[in-house]
Amino acid sequence: MGLVLLLLALGVVGGVYGVATTTPSSADAALVGDQTQIEEGRRLYLEGCSSCHGLNAEGAASGPTLIGVGAASVHFQVATGRMPLAAPGAQAPVKKDIYSSEEVLAMAAYIASLAPGPAIPTAEQIDYTDADVAEGGVLFRINCAQCHQAAGQGGALTQGKYAPSLMEASPQEIYEAMLTGPQNMPIFNDKTLPTEEKQAVIAYIMELQEAPSPGGLSLGRLGPVVEGLFLWTAVFAALIGAAVWIGIRAR
Amino acid sequence: MSTTEKVGAEAGTFVDQRLGSNKWLGKNLKKVFPDHWSFMLGEIALYSFMVVLITGVFLTLFYKPSLVEVVYEGSYVPLKGIYMTEAYATTLDISFDVRGGLLIRQMHHWSALIFVAAISVHLFRVFFTGAFRKPREMNWVIGVGLLVLALGAGFSGYSLPDDLLSGTGLQIARGIAQAIPIIGTWAAFLLFDGQFPGVDFMSRLYMVHILLIPGLIIALITVHLMMVWYQKHTQFPGQGRTNENVVGYPLLPVYMAKAGGFFFIVFGIITMLSGLVNINPVWIFGPYTPDQVTAGTQPDWYIGWLDGALRVMPNWETVAFGFTVSWNILIPAVIIPGIIFTAMAFYPFLEAWATGDKREHHLLDRPRNAPVRTGIGVMSIVFYGLLWLGGGNDLVATTFNLSINAITWFLRIGLFVLPPLAFIITKRTCLSLQRRDREKLLHGYESGRVLRLPHGEFVEVHEPLGNKEKAILMAKLDSEQTPIALPQKTDANGVKNKRYRIEMLRARLSGFYFADTIAPPTLEEIEAGQAHVAHEAALEAPLHEYEETHYVNVPFHGGVLHEEGAPMTNAEALEVTRHKD
Repeated sequence: MGLVLLLLALGVVGGVYGVATTTPSSADAALVGDQTQIEEGRRLYLEGCSSCHGLNAEGAASGPTLIGVGAASVHFQVATGRMPLAAPGAQAPVKKDIYSSEEVLAMAAYIASLAPGPAIPTAEQIDYTDADVAEGGVLFRINCAQCHQAAGQGGALTQGKYAPSLMEASPQEIYEAMLTGPQNMPIFNDKTLPTEEKQAVIAYIMELQEAPSPGGLSLGRLGPVVEGLFLWTAVFAALIGAAVWIGIRAR
Repeated sequence: MSTTEKVGAEAGTFVDQRLGSNKWLGKNLKKVFPDHWSFMLGEIALYSFMVVLITGVFLTLFYKPSLVEVVYEGSYVPLKGIYMTEAYATTLDISFDVRGGLLIRQMHHWSALIFVAAISVHLFRVFFTGAFRKPREMNWVIGVGLLVLALGAGFSGYSLPDDLLSGTGLQIARGIAQAIPIIGTWAAFLLFDGQFPGVDFMSRLYMVHILLIPGLIIALITVHLMMVWYQKHTQFPGQGRTNENVVGYPLLPVYMAKAGGFFFIVFGIITMLSGLVNINPVWIFGPYTPDQVTAGTQPDWYIGWLDGALRVMPNWETVAFGFTVSWNILIPAVIIPGIIFTAMAFYPFLEAWATGDKREHHLLDRPRNAPVRTGIGVMSIVFYGLLWLGGGNDLVATTFNLSINAITWFLRIGLFVLPPLAFIITKRTCLSLQRRDREKLLHGYESGRVLRLPHGEFVEVHEPLGNKEKAILMAKLDSEQTPIALPQKTDANGVKNKRYRIEMLRARLSGFYFADTIAPPTLEEIEAGQAHVAHEAALEAPLHEYEETHYVNVPFHGGVLHEEGAPMTNAEALEVTRHKD
């Protein structure tokens, strides 16, 4: 009897809940996702993140507050494996993502439910097919190249920090990074870099990722240091080898 | 006479009747050059310079040294419609729209890098073997001049494409010019015709790159080679080689074939390299504008050490009488290279003065026989290498997950600690090698043959040295020097020595060079030692060392089949023969 009642009660609650979520009461609700997702996100948050960021995402000595960082930030940090952090260090490295995409979205929804923040960009926002690659190149060199290097190979910052290589980055990650300014990166909000310009930058980075090397082996596109290293190893091995070969008969 | 010979003879006669060249040619085509692979390192420099010249001529056909702003309309899509200078646009055109242009551009750049690198390894060879000693000091100075010109040629070329790297490099060069006290600001205005980047600068730089510096390089190379010709090439010590002769092959046909062949090998390697490996992808770096910079901005390898010096230098500045002295730029970019190149140019004279060595040297030193010089060389290479590392500190940091600050501090301390350490280790290593040479001369080489003597003792048989190796090791006897004696404050008559201080310094330096040495054995000792080795080995080798077998497969002394009743040792055998006589 008790069991039947319980099942009945659960069914009613579930039904009411389902109706409530399919007809959003406000725009905010749609933005932050449904309640089950938020609950699931909170559960995952408490499990994987709260030891550093605090039980209510209020922040602690070992991690900043996440209130107001927005869903985009969570998605960027977790989907690229940067968070949860494996060990304290100068900077969170990219590693294998341990969460499914639903789980990442759930955590994003939970953090977004705490306070408004940048949302995960829509497919429309990251669509760069019509963007101007050349303009993206100019924007990239003005805004990004001083840290990420002109070819997007990444570069060193102070005290062991670094700007990572962009060769594996997806359009969504790039967009989110510009939007939220993870780690040491500045934020490029829609006032400094409107959506079209973000798309142009993405288009240029995609061009860098896909571009063939017309001059032959690219040597990692890291510039003169690698060229010099290659010269002093491979090329001089060949040249001195030839000199020894020619001089070998003499003694 | 075949037709070819006939035509050749007629042509020879034709030229000879007008120029009288046959006598000169007959003498000089037979000129002998000693042979060693390390003597070809300078040739790599010469040949790569020829490739630079040939490819450079091609590039001048298409490149315009102009800072006029144009809109790019070439075939490289990611830059289409972008404002850029004509210099950069024409460089892109060479890369994408001129047939074979990218290959030639890459050949020009790669061979320029090889040119400077080959000069460096050639310089190592000359330094470590003491080839710069009298009478060749002047040619060393010319060589140092060529090295500096090569750096200038390289840097001016690096700056011409007007891409992001070029412009950043020029910006730094301008900063260096400005850091020179008093004249700095005006020197920068003079170079750049006003503010940076200006409009006239590129055409001035172009003139320097394609006329002034190459002209000077060609002139100096000519003098360099003429002096080698006149003074004859040095040779390594060896059998039959003395300070008075040259052992080697005649220019025609042997050396000409070798050198000619080597030219094509170098040309071939450069062409293959440029066809397969990309260098300086200017289209990736984009056009230069003063408000842009890229991470990982580095100069080509030969300027890397100066960039490194700038990077590791602490940020020191002094303000005096309203003027700022930028030690942070002045020391690493002006004073350090100034000291290094001056010291390099004067080194032969310094060493000659310090050692009091006024003899002519046509036989090269083995590096181990000049431990202090070798130590100084390795020390300099380590110093240079550390600065070089500093130039790539950002890439070292990202590649090895290090902190760039930690690298900077490692280098700031390491630049003072590691070179002296390298000097000590090298010197000790040289002395150890000398000790081994002495052992070899006295006791022969260790043959690896271990024998058990009749009474149970194990010995390793030492074999006497072959003549070739002996000749090489004996060279130390000629090059050996003793330090200059310490000067007296007053002479025998009590007259005060006015040059006491300078002579003291000289004696000290001489001691620094020569006090630590492993004295080579005298000729008599060597003779005695080698005879002893041969005698001992013969005497002590037992005759029945391989008792189980019926033959002995060692061709050396002692390898005689043992028969019943025959003597047991060489000593007994000698006794027997003596009795027979």
